[in-house]
Order: sequence, then structure tokens, then C-alpha cells
Amino acid sequence: MIQAMEAERPAPAAEGAVPAVEVRGLSKTYNGGVLALDDVDAVFPQGALTSLLGPSGCGKTTLLKIVAGLLPASEGEVRVMGRAVDGPGPERAFVFQDFALLPWATVLRNAAFGLELRGVPEAEREAAARRCIAEVGLAGTEGRYPHELSGGMRQRVGLARALAVDADVLLMDEPFSAVDEQTRRKFQEDLLRLRGVERKTFIVVTHSIEEAVYLSDRIILLSPGPGRVARIVEPEIDRTLSPEAIRRDPHYLETVEDIWQGLRDFVE
Amino acid sequence: MRLFGVRLPMMSSLILWCVLWEVAGRLDLVFLLPPFSAVLVAMTEIVPTAGFLRATWLTLGCFALGMALAVLVGVPLGVLMGRSRAADRLLGLWVNLFLSAPLSALVPILMILFGLGTTTIVATVFLFAVWIITLDTQAGVRSVAPSLLEMARTYGAGRVALYRRVILPAALPEILAGVRLGVIRGVKGVVIGQLLVSIVGYGALFELYSRSFLMEEFWALTILLFAFALVLADLVGRLEKRVEFYAGAR
Repeated sequence: MIQAMEAERPAPAAEGAVPAVEVRGLSKTYNGGVLALDDVDAVFPQGALTSLLGPSGCGKTTLLKIVAGLLPASEGEVRVMGRAVDGPGPERAFVFQDFALLPWATVLRNAAFGLELRGVPEAEREAAARRCIAEVGLAGTEGRYPHELSGGMRQRVGLARALAVDADVLLMDEPFSAVDEQTRRKFQEDLLRLRGVERKTFIVVTHSIEEAVYLSDRIILLSPGPGRVARIVEPEIDRTLSPEAIRRDPHYLETVEDIWQGLRDFVE
Repeated sequence: MRLFGVRLPMMSSLILWCVLWEVAGRLDLVFLLPPFSAVLVAMTEIVPTAGFLRATWLTLGCFALGMALAVLVGVPLGVLMGRSRAADRLLGLWVNLFLSAPLSALVPILMILFGLGTTTIVATVFLFAVWIITLDTQAGVRSVAPSLLEMARTYGAGRVALYRRVILPAALPEILAGVRLGVIRGVKGVVIGQLLVSIVGYGALFELYSRSFLMEEFWALTILLFAFALVLADLVGRLEKRVEFYAGAR
């Protein structure tokens, strides 16, 4: 009852004050009684890149999928731009760990698929898809099929698809875990560049501390069994530095070490 | 294949068997086996006859209708069983049972149900072909990557779009494999159905030839039917390969 009233409450007037995504009192019990998330509160500010970091079994992907509307929460609520949601919506786009590309469709059609499902006319959606394919650095591959691309390129197609629907929030489920290390670094740099261009909110699930510190404005550390928010870290990395300089920056290394010391207890 | 350094064209082994058949026929070992050349002559004789053409049209018609029904029923049934656990529990046992059962035994019952005519033949084709189409479709639908389904949901796919744009195309290679196997079984169905009904189509011709000991004609008809089955299976197989290419690395 109280939740329903809150849901109807209009969003505050000040733009910046509304977090892009907010979860309150979120719990998730899977069939069979496994508690995956226990009373999680988290705020994802607009325009920021927030990482969900934690060891396997801490429910970070579960949390992301609940935010995406792919899984129902057992308790609690998810608000996107101030409005309570309980399913997928056009203001959120998902980037999948295994890319989730249609193997029978070209890069162009895959990138345009989100718009195709929304009934956008072909010429319009292909124009948008071409733009996004170029933006993720894949111009020229429009006519190729996913099996002709490397893992890193496939994930770029997944990213182009998410960009093409022009959602406010990009949800990324371990987007770099299925690609090799070199590709991964390049991809991370590109993601940072993209973040500067696109005024979007990113929520990225990762199990890599370095990746989280390198990419994020905020890191939400989750502890396992059941998943709870353990700590919130704001790395404040100087992003004007070159990627190499950042990776050697003492503050960067310190933050990585600090988080590792915190996570260590959960792993051991 | 190479023989004494000479590259032989495909199917040249067939020539060897034909020669063997010719020799065995000429030796007059058994009256059941006339020389191959005589069979070929008989083939050119029976093909233009009105009786043969009528039988061919009837066979093709029954086969096409039975296969169409098998696809129209088998694919939706397989999708249902692939998507719903309850449907699978309810129907899976029967589909598997019918898949391996000797269905020829049921044709007499079909004759009682549908009479001694084309309906029974259509029903036989359907009964032979439908189960493998159902099972392969189910396997295809089951193996659609869960992330593809989630992807469709996050981008707002409705029910119709989910099936039309994701599930069916993703399961298409398996569905076509099912149809190819269904075609092979359907050809058996259309022949067995006609043989058992035996008063229409090729069944009547077979009955006539074997009863009158017209072995040349009998073998000619048999060879034509075998070739028909092979060509059909090959056609679906080609279609399948093209789809497999697009389905790529799954």
C-alpha cells in the first residue's frame, strides 16, 4: 500500500537530483528457497558509470537482471528515473555476456534489432544502426554475420544494438568476460570514450577489480551468500590521463589494493 | 573415387551394380530378376501410360497433402512441447511411442476409419511423418539460447515477435532436419499406404504387376519410387544446408 502511494508520487523537479536507477529493499529468493539478494539498497546516479563488483555468487547479475526487468524481485522495488518499474522498458538497454546476437542476421540487422522489435520503419532503424555501428568502430562490417566476427567485435555489435535504441540506462552483464585480454583493454578504453560522448547512465557487472576501478565513477561492492551491499567506493580516477598512465597511477593501484583487501575476506 | 589413376565421376559405382544386375538377369537365375536393360525398357513403356500418370498424380497429391498436414501439425506441436513443460509431460510419451512404433500395423485401422481410398493414404503419410517433425522442432526450440530470449524481452518483443523473429528462426535448422527425415518417412508412408489399400495409385499397379508376374514393370516402378524418395530428401537437405550456413556458429 505504502509502495503504491510512493509509486504515484511525482518525481522531484530538480533534474540532477533524480537517480537514473534506484533500488530499495530489494530481496530475491529463487525457487527452492535460495536467498540471492538480501535487502539491497543502491543508487545509480544519472550520467555515471556504476560497477557492481563482487565474487561469484554475490548476486550481482541477479541484481542487474532485476533492474532490467528480466527477473521479478521477491521484495522491494526498482525505480527508473523516479518511476517504479516491474518489467523491461525502452529507457533501459541490456548488453549480454554472451552477446546474444541473432546468428542468422547480419551485423546491420542485429544492431537494428531493438528498433525492429519496436516497429521502427526499416530505413530509419538502419540509419540509426549504421550510425551506432560506426560509433563502436565497426563501420564496414554491416553485411557480415556474427560467426564471421571475433568475440570482441561481436560484443561491439551488442553494444551498437543497445546504443541504437537510445535508452537512458545501459545495463552491461560482464560485457568483457568472453573476450581476450587485449580486446578487453581496448574495449574498456572505448567504453570510457563513449561515456564521454553519450550522456548515458551505465551499470556494469564485473568480477574484475581492475576493470571496475578503471571504468567506474562508483563501485558497489557486493558480499556473497546472500548478496548484500558491502561497501561503496568512488575511485575518482583522473580520466584526463592516458590509459597507460591511469594503470600506473598510484591512486588507481591503491584503490585496487584497497578493494582487494576488502573482498579477500569473502573469498577465503 | 580414383581407379588406376583415372578420376571416376560420382555415382560410377552404380554402373558396376547395374552391370552385375544385367549379367545376373541374363543368366536367368531367378525369374524374379529380369535383366536391367529390360527393366529400363519397361520403364520407358510404363511411364507414358495413363494408368501410371494417374497413379503418379495421386501419389504426389497424397504425399504433398499428408506432408503439409504433418508440418502444419508437427511444427506447432513441437513448439508447444518445447516451450511448455506441461505439454511435454502430457504429450512427450505418445510422440516418442509413435516415433518408434511400427506404424504399418495401424494402417488397417486407418482403412476402417477413412475407407479404401486416398484419405487413408494421406493419413498414412501424415502418421509416418509427423512425429519426427514434432520431436526435432521441440529439440530446436529447447536449444534456443536463453540469452536470445532475454534479449528479445529486454528490447520489448511481444509474443508474436518473439516466436516469429527469434524462436522460429533459431529453431529452423532443427525444424528442417525434422522435415527432411519426415519426407523420407512420408515416402515410406505413401508407398506402404498404397500397397495396403492396393486398389488405387501405385498400389494398384504393384498389385497388377506382381500378380501378373510382370517383373520388368515391377522393378521399373520400384526404381522410380526409390529415386523419388532420394531426390526429395536431397532437395530438403540442400535447403537445410543453406539455413545451417546462416545459423553459423551457434
